[in-house]
Amino acid sequence: MAKITMTVNGRQVSGVCDDRTLLVHFIRENLGLTGTHVGCDTSQCGACVVHMDGQSVKSCSILAAQAAGSAITTIEGLAQNGELHPVQAAFKAHHGLQCGFCTPGMVMTAVDMIRRHGSALDEAMVRAELEGNICRCTGYHNIVKAILAAAHEMGGVRQAAE
Amino acid sequence: MGVDGIGARVARKEDRRFLTGKGRYTDDMSVPGMKYAAFVRSPHAHATIAGIDATAARAMPGVIDVLDGRQLLADGIGNLICGWMIHSKDGSPMKMGAWRPLADKTVRYVGDAVAIVVADSVAEARDAAEAVVVDYEPLPVVTDPVQALADGQPQLHPEAANNLIFDWELGDAAAVDRALAAAAHVTELKIFNNRLSPNPMEPRATLGIYDAGDDHYTCYTTSQNPHLARLVMSAFYNVAPENKLRVIAPDVGGGFGSKIYIYPEEIVCLWASKRTGVPVKWTSDRTEAFLTDAHGRDHVSTVKMAFDAGNGITALKVDTIANLGAYMSLFSSCVPTYLYATLLSGQYDIPAIHANVRTVYTNTVPVDAYRGAGRPEATYLLERTMETAARELGLSPAELRRTNFVRSFPHQTPVIMNYDAGDYEASLDAAMAAADWSGFAARKAEAEGRGMKRGIGMSCYIEACGLAPSAAVGSLGAGVGLWESAEVKVNMVGTIEVMTGSHSHGQGHETTFAQLVADRLGLPIDSINIVHGDTDKVQMGMGTYGSRSGAVGMSALAKALDKVEAKAKKIAAHLMEADESDIVIEDGALKVAGTDKSVPWFQMALAAYTAHNLPPGLEPGLKESAFYDPANFTFPAGCYICEVEVDPETGRTTVIQFVAADDFGNIINPMIVEGQVHGGIAQGIGQALLEEVRYDDSGQLLTASYLDYAMPRAEDLPSFTVSTSNTPCPNNPLGVKGCGEAGAIGSPPALINAITDAIGNNQLTMPATAEKVWAAAQTGN
Repeated sequence: MAKITMTVNGRQVSGVCDDRTLLVHFIRENLGLTGTHVGCDTSQCGACVVHMDGQSVKSCSILAAQAAGSAITTIEGLAQNGELHPVQAAFKAHHGLQCGFCTPGMVMTAVDMIRRHGSALDEAMVRAELEGNICRCTGYHNIVKAILAAAHEMGGVRQAAE
Repeated sequence: MGVDGIGARVARKEDRRFLTGKGRYTDDMSVPGMKYAAFVRSPHAHATIAGIDATAARAMPGVIDVLDGRQLLADGIGNLICGWMIHSKDGSPMKMGAWRPLADKTVRYVGDAVAIVVADSVAEARDAAEAVVVDYEPLPVVTDPVQALADGQPQLHPEAANNLIFDWELGDAAAVDRALAAAAHVTELKIFNNRLSPNPMEPRATLGIYDAGDDHYTCYTTSQNPHLARLVMSAFYNVAPENKLRVIAPDVGGGFGSKIYIYPEEIVCLWASKRTGVPVKWTSDRTEAFLTDAHGRDHVSTVKMAFDAGNGITALKVDTIANLGAYMSLFSSCVPTYLYATLLSGQYDIPAIHANVRTVYTNTVPVDAYRGAGRPEATYLLERTMETAARELGLSPAELRRTNFVRSFPHQTPVIMNYDAGDYEASLDAAMAAADWSGFAARKAEAEGRGMKRGIGMSCYIEACGLAPSAAVGSLGAGVGLWESAEVKVNMVGTIEVMTGSHSHGQGHETTFAQLVADRLGLPIDSINIVHGDTDKVQMGMGTYGSRSGAVGMSALAKALDKVEAKAKKIAAHLMEADESDIVIEDGALKVAGTDKSVPWFQMALAAYTAHNLPPGLEPGLKESAFYDPANFTFPAGCYICEVEVDPETGRTTVIQFVAADDFGNIINPMIVEGQVHGGIAQGIGQALLEEVRYDDSGQLLTASYLDYAMPRAEDLPSFTVSTSNTPCPNNPLGVKGCGEAGAIGSPPALINAITDAIGNNQLTMPATAEKVWAAAQTGN
């Protein structure tokens, strides 16, 4: 057993767990943040993607102990002051979700993708970048549209700010 | 139409919780004292159980108890059932082998559950499950359905000689044989429909809670129809009496058919909760899902299609062997029979059809409905045959189809169905225009210049949705009626709660059902809440599958709204001293037509409950319910066109363009309908190009994870071009037909037809992997 402390969605948290506990289980079971999902057991589906120190990671492929001391953002930490993050808003506007189960991982992947590529993203890049996330409902059509729309909007905001 | 009403592209009410991580799926549920379950599963595809020793497992850290099938049997928990009785052509009933929720004597597929371990944590439960010693005596194995029917093969159930479950037929064999003998041309084909795993992204999970204080059971579960789960678990499995069992299917992360059925884990966790005195939660991992979620499809067929000299189809003869796996799952028997053979007329006027279907036990996971359920199998067979016939007859695929389309309605097929409305030529024309069919030759020539083989293929599908008049399905062997219920509760301040027996697992009912109410009453959509998925809150229901939520579930809601409106008008007429026939409801008010008199909706609602001034004899309150039993199936139809490029060097197929033109009747929310089509097409392309459940000869599942089972990813798919034409369904009050399965039904044949067109070889089976396509491209026809 190990006592682990980390910052999750801006708040310092700690918990005691088995050495073998994966980050995703620590987030879900110890912290009660159930928005991060488990959809497979081989790190293929991407339903568990969170941000660790600003970069997207599959929280099923990291031990909770490895994440000790880091800053984690989960889907619950994305909307600020009740306002949906632009990527969340774009998924809603473009019907980029159906059952909603893969959605948190998709959104977290998309946020990181846009952070790295900005408005340079095109459809082929988005599809390639979604290689680690599986959706069974949408056929990806509207997910791709939503991510491109969000990239455009966020890219525009960034340019305006510069 | 109001801004939120029928036909509007309303953004989904439910999205906010899913997008912010506030969705509540079964695995997210926690209750005080809850413990975790792991199942001990058979590593053998076929074996007898000589003994089970849980001594070591019981002694492991955190273990509460280990329970096996002998204890389950002692507590009188019954076998799983198949709920649709099919009779063989000799009149004998189907041969249902016993399926114990925990196997006590024999295991029949890898993954068959043998025991349950309950422990403090998932990890401890799994550790202990590894330590349960099961003494298996392996038996011979058969996984291939054709082989399983032969003499001398391993026998799965004593009831079913040669593993034959039933040998069923539909149609006029003699008429078909006469037409075949007299035909100007006969097209023959062998068709394989590959076995698939539905793979909703949320793995199945169940939380069983027994409350000893009230002798009451609660089951949270990943179900598409919680009411049916309650009915079946109480009426047939003896888990709990119906009045003491609450089944809740909260947010459910996709179903696609695989969450219709009642699985062993739901029964066993409820029972284990009573046995151990603690709430018991089990969540499948993905490998367990591949091992135990019902699979789909798995047909082997031969087909003969007869044509006259004018290229008119004169007869169709189909012989199908359907693999149902080791046991008969809840709806398994109706999928390759009444949901399959009844659609074999497709969009065509075929005077004579005969289908023979044999279903077979094998040492594989049970097979049941998967998105489309029988309709994709029928469409694939028919549309591959039409394409092949067109090539043999030297006709364009569109021309042969046009020659044979049903053009007048209603149309009675020789295989039960009575098509009510449609315009198949309109869909074909729309799809061909959207796909720029006439420009294909130039695109093919351009691709050849780059060394690529380009092909185009089409498929014209029909399906039967909105299952169906209860009396009709009852006469065909169904164990339940297929009505739906709805209740509309107008609150004292005028806001509205709708209780529906339909269940949403991605289809957006919280929005579309609210749109219907908003449309009828002129109220804002935020004042309407849709409640579903809880047998304690919703009176009755039959769940969501077979695209029945709009045609049946929303029709029930429309009926309940009729009653609400009638009573509301009575109250308003009384308040305004007007005649109730003069009252109209619009923009959230009740108005006297032709005057400026009006009562706001909320004021009428308050009056209904204060009851200070109601018409004499009128009951206080405003809460109405209705059951709706459909008059017929609905018949969505459409045309799908796919264009591909095959790299002859590698065999890799790239889908260049995918066009869908569907006729879904009236549409509630076009955005949601398009999304349903996109998802269906993706699953159809998955079947055609990538997906297949594979067993080895010893019955080991070779595709037991996402490393081995090729799920379509974003890069495997194109963006889709979709459109709809709308001939309203005449048989339900909303004129809707259903859209959830169309994509999965129409797309596989269009894609395979396109690849066979590209490579000039008609011999290709799904999934059309690069290896298979490369090999086929080397030989030509």
